Amino acid sequence: MASNRQSNPSQREKAARIRHLMETEGDAIYAHASASNLRRTQTYAETDGIEALRTETRAIKEDAIERLPSLLETVREAVEENGGTVYLADDAADANAYIAEVVENATGGDGDGTDATGASDTPSVVKSKSMTTEEIDLNDALEREEIDVTETDLGEWVIQLADDTPSHIVGPAMHVSREEIADLLREEFDTDDPFDTPEALTRFARDKLGERIREADVGITGANFIAADTGTITLITNEGNARKTAVTPDTHVAVAGVEKIIPSIRDVEPFVDLIAKSATGQPISQYVTMLSPPTDSPTIDFDRPDEPIAGGGDRTDGESSDQTVGDDGGASDSDRDFHLVLLDNGRMEMREDDQLRETLYCIRCGACSNSCENFQSVGGHGFGGETYSGGIATGWEAGVHGQDAAAEFNDLCTGCTRCVDACPVKIDIPWINTVVRDRVNRDEASEPYDFLVDGLTPDAESGGIDLGKRFFGNIGTAAKLASATAPVSNWLSQADPVRAGLERTLGIDRRRDLPTFQRESLVDWFERRGGPETSRRRAQRANESGAGAALDREAVLYPDVYTNYVDTDRGKAAVRTLEALGIPVRVPALPESGRAPLSQGMVATADRQASELYAAVAEDLDAGRDLVVVEPSDLAAFKREYERLLPDRSAGRLAENSYEICEYVYGLLENGADAGVLRTGSGDDPVAYHSHCQQRTLDLEAPTTALLEQCGYAPRTTNAECCGMAGSFGYKQEYYELSMDVGDRLAGEVDGAERVLASGTSCGDQLETLLERSVPHPIELLAPR
Amino acid sequence: MTTDTVGRFERELEALEVGFTRVRAADASDAIETALEEPAVGVSLPFDGVSLPDSVRRAPTAGDLVDARTGVTPATFAIAEYGSVAIESRAAGDEPVSLYPERHVAVVAESDVVPDLSAGFDRLVPAFEDGEDSLVFATGRSATADMGGLVHGVHGPGEVHVIVLEDR
Ligand code: SF4
Repeated sequence: MASNRQSNPSQREKAARIRHLMETEGDAIYAHASASNLRRTQTYAETDGIEALRTETRAIKEDAIERLPSLLETVREAVEENGGTVYLADDAADANAYIAEVVENATGGDGDGTDATGASDTPSVVKSKSMTTEEIDLNDALEREEIDVTETDLGEWVIQLADDTPSHIVGPAMHVSREEIADLLREEFDTDDPFDTPEALTRFARDKLGERIREADVGITGANFIAADTGTITLITNEGNARKTAVTPDTHVAVAGVEKIIPSIRDVEPFVDLIAKSATGQPISQYVTMLSPPTDSPTIDFDRPDEPIAGGGDRTDGESSDQTVGDDGGASDSDRDFHLVLLDNGRMEMREDDQLRETLYCIRCGACSNSCENFQSVGGHGFGGETYSGGIATGWEAGVHGQDAAAEFNDLCTGCTRCVDACPVKIDIPWINTVVRDRVNRDEASEPYDFLVDGLTPDAESGGIDLGKRFFGNIGTAAKLASATAPVSNWLSQADPVRAGLERTLGIDRRRDLPTFQRESLVDWFERRGGPETSRRRAQRANESGAGAALDREAVLYPDVYTNYVDTDRGKAAVRTLEALGIPVRVPALPESGRAPLSQGMVATADRQASELYAAVAEDLDAGRDLVVVEPSDLAAFKREYERLLPDRSAGRLAENSYEICEYVYGLLENGADAGVLRTGSGDDPVAYHSHCQQRTLDLEAPTTALLEQCGYAPRTTNAECCGMAGSFGYKQEYYELSMDVGDRLAGEVDGAERVLASGTSCGDQLETLLERSVPHPIELLAPR
Repeated sequence: MTTDTVGRFERELEALEVGFTRVRAADASDAIETALEEPAVGVSLPFDGVSLPDSVRRAPTAGDLVDARTGVTPATFAIAEYGSVAIESRAAGDEPVSLYPERHVAVVAESDVVPDLSAGFDRLVPAFEDGEDSLVFATGRSATADMGGLVHGVHGPGEVHVIVLEDR
């Protein structure tokens, strides 16, 4: 049958690849990433002044990147004064060639590399974990020069043995189970040790790696932070491998991106305080090493077991309180050689790029990955590029490997914004994803079928964008048409041939229920019942009866696309609630918010819609009216993205006067309105409540739960960060199954509950599909009938 | 420092499953002896009236280091809020002695137990500006979760004991 030619093959391939990753790696990734995320959330909540700390680190990074050229000079002077060498590498090849040369010199050039018999053995290098060396493929480059490289971080070692790639910035082997590691070691080392506990595996690894470290000619580490003023690098690990790698061999090479430089040693403090909290939820990591190499610590020659490690001998202790630090003899100083390799590889250009610059503030803690529901399902092999993974990978990959490297996985960021709360340096990760998506869109070649959506897409985009993206980016126009032709449009959209066509042309998965459009929009309903005049009379009656807050306020209810054309009930509930509490309402037809095009990376269209929306409400704002919003994603556009799309004054004014509906109602009750006129519970009526992802990032979950509590319900909130539907994401053929995987976890949390509420349309739709029952907005529960 | 600070330090160490003894300098040698398991290596302790017990091998060789079960070092200071000890990399070998053996015994003067990270940096910053070249904040035991479960004692010590000198 013709309809078997279902869709374009790349979407099917993508879907298959995602399915495969969910099956093979998803469970392990989910277990680790979600546990880290939960611990991170708890630790943030328990840490006094966490916000100030995040603001401080952010400010230090902004300043450091701004001053980077001069800090590079400062750090060079400091390291050279300490006795080390700085090499600024333009790109991967440059860095690799330099490091290989250092290793050759360290082995051939002095007595230590060649043993007493004069036989020169293969140069050997031990490494502690460093994503920057992954970025430049250092291991491969060194191995091509016949240099032995051993990773000493246990996870990284597993990856090296398995010839795999990291699936997470912090936990590279997060996707590998204990059993798989055991199999790998048995095969690799030809043993039949059962390795039936993590302890057994760890012991084996420690012994093997201990040997390698003791024999190594050169130790290579990364650097978490580099203090320019003193030339001090900070290394952070839990295992202790970076300490050993840095100080055991007499040559130490630290490789780091130029963005790791911060102005001073004092600036290291807030980062040390923050990085473990964001990465794993630990208060501090086990080992925070600060060193300005070459250090006084003695190098240890394990080939000469009878020699004291401190060349000059140790002092007798006891009354030696005058012991000075730093120059008490020993053969150490002269033996040690230190090279700091600072990598550009696109970073200086990122610094010039107003949109990508923020990426350079990243301290690579992995919190954005952990807080991401899509990441929890597929891991970094799906949600990641050549080197980096998770939401911020889009910025890194676009910057260091080029835009194509980011294009592959960038759509996995749904813009849920949960990472925004997680990121220790407050990077607007979703925005970076939106911008790069926009750039990718613009670069893509024109496709067939453009004619199909042309009429539906009055966007401001130049041609060539993926059809599905264009369709969803212009959803408001399509919804208007579907509403005008309902119920015919609804019948049509259930028909098999139509679904096949939608799948083929727009990539809308046929398994996904389509929204049912209402013939009468919310705006039309409001007009039919008498418009603002009727509303004013109703509000006045409420105030006269004493139920109202008796505030001299007036609300404009924003008729977002879904509330206006699909889920009109929640809009009507909002109107009735406001009136019952004494607030007159208006529901004018207003432009789209820009949320839909933003989610597709259509920034120009969103920009235009933002301007139109602002123009349309400016008079209401001037008249002192409050803009009340039901759909959290539209409110998030007003409060977050508009900062980037409108002049500051306009954005500020709109943000200040916009409210989430439950937040607004809660405020009315706080100001004396009578909750008794709402449909209240008995005091502890249990409800399961899933707040919308973007609503949480706006800190607007709490007002809804407070409102529910005040109205006699006992809300239990969910842990899942997002429902997986994320607007259009769950409709797309390549992501449908991933969306359901994420949704299943959320559904599992609320399954047993008698009543389930959700604030977002998408969340409600997703839960209704999975639970097969109605999942209303909280305002529908509370509104008087 | 105030008893409060030391109390906080002790509680944090307990949470980290790190041993803790508070003694007078005169009894420190015995306390170290009790805390260690042989064979032990150590570096000189810069506290008046405190010396390593005889069982601790001073000026250890590379071979001693590999064989040692315990390493004894001073800590320059300690951070109560996180239960961290600050180990300097002196030429005597504090860093390897604190790192290679399975058990680390750290000795710190009570006056050097500072309340929080910020106070720790107040000590660290001038030292580094003056040419100090290495300090490690070691908190709890070496750990990994990379092998399918949380395991202590990977590349660093899996057991740690801290001795606080109450009159120093
Ligand atoms: S973007 Fe932020 S949360 Fe993500 S890895 Fe970087 S610092 Fe961590």
